[in-house]
Parts: sequence; C-alpha cells; structure tokens
Amino acid sequence: MSDSNYTVSRASPAAKGAAVAGAVILIVLILAPWWAGRADMRLMGELFLYLALASLWNLMAGYAGLVSVGQQAYVGFGGYMLFALTIFGGLHPVVAIAGAAVLGALISVPVAALIFRLRGAYFAIGTWVIAEVFRLSFAQISALGGGSGSSLPVDIVRSLSSSRSGREALSYWMALGAAVLVIAAVYLFLRSRRGLALTAIRDNELAAGSLGIDIWKTKFVVYVVTSALTAMLGALIFLQKLRISPDAAFSVNDWTAFVIFIVVIGGIGTIEGPIIGTLIFFALRETLADLGTTYLIVLGVVAIVVMLKAPKGVWGYVRERYQIQVFPLRYRVKTDSRN
Amino acid sequence: MDWVNAIVQGTLLGGLYALFAAGLSLIFGVMRLVNIAHGDLIVLAAYLGLTVVVTTGLHPLLALIIVIPVMAAIGYALQRGILNQTLGDDILPPLLVTFGLSVILQNVFLEGYTADPQKMDAGAIETASISLGGLSLGILPLLTFAIAVGVIAGLQFIFYRTPLGRSFRAVSDNQDIAQLMGLNKRHIFGLAMALALAVTAIAGILLGIRTSFDPTAGGARLIYGFEAVIIGGLGNLWGTLVGGVILGVAQTIGAKIDPGWQLLAGHIAFLFVLAVRPNGLFPRVSG
Repeated sequence: MSDSNYTVSRASPAAKGAAVAGAVILIVLILAPWWAGRADMRLMGELFLYLALASLWNLMAGYAGLVSVGQQAYVGFGGYMLFALTIFGGLHPVVAIAGAAVLGALISVPVAALIFRLRGAYFAIGTWVIAEVFRLSFAQISALGGGSGSSLPVDIVRSLSSSRSGREALSYWMALGAAVLVIAAVYLFLRSRRGLALTAIRDNELAAGSLGIDIWKTKFVVYVVTSALTAMLGALIFLQKLRISPDAAFSVNDWTAFVIFIVVIGGIGTIEGPIIGTLIFFALRETLADLGTTYLIVLGVVAIVVMLKAPKGVWGYVRERYQIQVFPLRYRVKTDSRN
Repeated sequence: MDWVNAIVQGTLLGGLYALFAAGLSLIFGVMRLVNIAHGDLIVLAAYLGLTVVVTTGLHPLLALIIVIPVMAAIGYALQRGILNQTLGDDILPPLLVTFGLSVILQNVFLEGYTADPQKMDAGAIETASISLGGLSLGILPLLTFAIAVGVIAGLQFIFYRTPLGRSFRAVSDNQDIAQLMGLNKRHIFGLAMALALAVTAIAGILLGIRTSFDPTAGGARLIYGFEAVIIGGLGNLWGTLVGGVILGVAQTIGAKIDPGWQLLAGHIAFLFVLAVRPNGLFPRVSG
C-alpha cells in the first residue's frame, strides 16, 4: 500500500481562520474593562458563565449520554462552598473557588455511584432528586442562613480588590477565564484518547462496549469532571451575586432549563453549539425580557420546535450544509490529486 | 400512639403519591416515555378544576366529571400532535420536549392564574373525620386512599382483561409486530396518554382539595411520583402503590422528628431503596 497518496488531518482552513479570529476576539474581550461600560461588563460576565455551564452540560448530554436536569445541584453546592470556605475557613475567595471545584468532585463520586443505577430518562429525574436533597439540606444549615440565605461579608468582598472597579474587572476576567478554561478543557478532552472513547459511546454504545471501552468508567470520569467544573462556576456565579439562598442556588429554571435551551437551540453534541446558543439566548433575553413570562413561553416553544424539526440545532444545520467545523475534532482524509 | 398515627397518616398520604405515580408508570410501561411535564399536568388538572368550580359552583369532586374528559382529550392531542414525533431509540428528544413543555405550562399558569397559591374549597368533607381505635382519620385522606386503590385496580383490569389493555401490552412488547397485527401504534399511544391524563386529573383535583398549589408546584409532584415508581419497581402498578405508601410514611415520620425533615426524609428513603434494591422492591420490566 502506497503511503504518499493521501494525508489525514484534523485542521482545515476554516478552523485555522477561526482560531486566528478567536484569538483576536479573546484579546478584545480581555481588554473589556478599558472599553466597556459597567452594565455591559456585567452582562458579558453572565454570558461567559452561561456559556461555560452550557458547554459542560453539552459534554454530558451530547457526548456521554448523561442527560441531567439536576446541574443546579452543583451550581448551588459550589456557591455554598464559596460562602462556607470564605466565612468559616477564612480562605481568600479565589482559593475558595478552587476549593469548591475539589469538593464538587468529591461529593459527585458517591452521587454518581447511586444515580448511575438509573437508566436514561430516569437518570435525569434522579439528578433532580439529588438537587432537591442538596437544596433541602443546605436550607437546614442555620450557620449559612437556613432557608432565607445569607450575604457575603463586606471584608471578604474587599479582599478581592479594594476598589469597586477593580472588583468588577476581576470578576469579569474570572468569568471570561472560566469560559475559556471550560471550552479548552472540553476540546482537549474530546481530542484525547478518552474523548475518542466518548465519541464512540455517543455514536453506538453497544459497539463501543464490544471494542473494549469501559463505558461505566468513561461516563463516571465525565460526570466527576463536569461536577467539579460546575461547582467552580457556581462559586463564581455567587461571587458575582454576593448573596445566596437555597431557592436561588438550586433553581432548576436558572441553572438547568436555560442551559438546556441554550444547548438544544445552538446544537447538541458539538462544541460550537453552546457558543451559538448562548449568543442567541442572550439576544432573545435582551430583546424579549420585558415580556416577562411570555418570553419564557416563547423560549420553550422555540426549544420544542428546534428539537422536533432540527434536532441538531442551529450549528448542526450550518455544519451539514457547509461542511465546516471551527473546533477541529473530526479527521479528514485528503487524497492526492495525481491518482 | 403518636408514631402509629404518623404511620397511618403517611399510608393515607401515600395513596395520593400513588395517584401521582400511576400515570407516569402507565406511559412508561406502554411507550417507554418519561414525561418531565407530568407534575405540571397534575397542576394543570388542579387549575382546570379550580376554573370549573369557580365558574359553575360545582363541588370539586363533581368537577371531575368535566376535568377527566378534558384532560384525556388534552392527553390524546398532546401525544398525537407532539410526543409521537419524539419517540425512537434516542432518549433525548422526548426528555427535552417534555422539559420544554413543563416550562411552557408553568409560565402559562403564571400568566393565567398569577403566582398566588390557590386552593379548592370542598366544604365539610375537608375537616370531617372518624375515630378508630384512638386514631382520628380524616375522611378526605381515607377517600383519597380508597380512590387510589380503585384507580390502580381499574388500570390493572384494563391492562390485563380488556382488548385495549391487550393492545397496550402488544405495543409495549414489540411495536413493529404490533403494527403488523393491525394495531396503529400512534393511536394506541394516544389512548395510553389519554388514560394517563385521566388518572392525572383525579390526582390533580385531590391535590387541589388537600393543599394549596401554585404555578411551580409541578416539579415536586413529578419527583414524588417518580420516587414511588422507582421504589415500587418499574412497570408494577401495585408496587407503585407500595412505593407511594413508603414515601408517605417516610415523610410523616420525618416530619414527626423535625418539621424541616419532612421532604428530606422521603428523598432519603428513595435513595436508600436505590442503594440496596436498584430495581425497586417489586420490579416487573427492566428499564
């Protein structure tokens, strides 16, 4: 067999162009504290955190087949750990955010051992039960304000930065950093050996198992990593909000429903989908938010229509039509034109 | 005696949970569909009941005469219009579509009935009770439990003794062969959802008489129903009743220890069963 007739590559001109554009956009975004207003920075910070949450949910549901409607368990857990570690542990908030991620990973191990016994859709409701258990448990802890919640003490907030603009810039950069970290982690994970196993499981679980892939273990690793990063995001979210209560921390609408809509509309099972979905979600929110409940009804209808008519979402449609991918995951075979 | 009382009251509460669960169990059994909007449909029945009671002045239990057929019609239309399109090997579409439906329903309730908690007034039956060996049993909880037993017996009869039940079992076993035998599975699925929502109508009305409800009350009802189904074992209707009773007893005993523990105790009982008997106590079909 001759070896010079074809080449296998992952990169494509589109991906290289997108990488350059992405780097430019990232630099512009890093410089936002010098060009954006306070309200815009707040909005962008929130957007980055939703982007990160959506990317993680997409990794679980779109690749590992673990459809969770209980991610608010880890968002809330991370938020409460930020409060507990800074107030009682005396840790610096940034250290506490890392601590929340570690604790999130630790708590997810016994949780996974229990709920991995449920299959498919029942797994989804099982994750919701876990989130309810977390919510009711934290509502019992009177040191953290019980059912009514508590605020982050002023001196802890000041320890981030003495000036208000310094704090706002720092929390913006942390949100941006978290989004970049999560997307990079998902991308590198999917390009790794384990990511290949995961993609195989996504395409056909039975075939993947017969090729020797340990399905339980692969899913378990995804669940634990996702939980840790989601807890980290929860800590960041509540560092921005400065106030936590069980109902806000474990809200199924805020931390799961919106995230699911973002991923479904953008395109499930692709890295690009959550990015597009987040942009669409925020564009809809900023234009329709005045409508109140009608906006949520519209969002639900859009998600159902997308799921029924274009189950691969906006990005899936674009990809099928133009054959491009911004994050090169697939291999492409290029044959030599002389043959 | 306090403890005996807690157990008896919990058992009666379990009847209501079994009613939440019966519809969920039925549609899972027939078409392997898990409906995330199930709890919100229970709340929808309660709101429909409230509307009927307010506009016609009927007693809430008599409102069932209107609410049951309306819910059944909604179920059939929902299944044929939307949910049938989602059924297949992939579990994601039904899950996400019913999740979207749940968010839509909650916000429609919010729009139509405001966020204020509502309740149906059933008059004297709400507070009436009978004394039995030192225990005081409410008529309404007793009636709820009796209805739950009756509904499950009825579903069991339909499932195993009627032509409709035979077609349910046929499509459940093998959809393609059932089609070859002349059954229209889309129609059968529609009938199954209609039956499930007829049961949901009963559950919703009883919920609305027993406690107050608001637009977001559905999530918790879905979870209780789901826990009852898993504790009892998938596909086993009498098991679901036992699951509901275990959940109800766990909650009343939890509440007896500390009021803040009521809901938590129910969830812990569920997680405990999941840990020691992953397939539930009386499994019939594998998930």
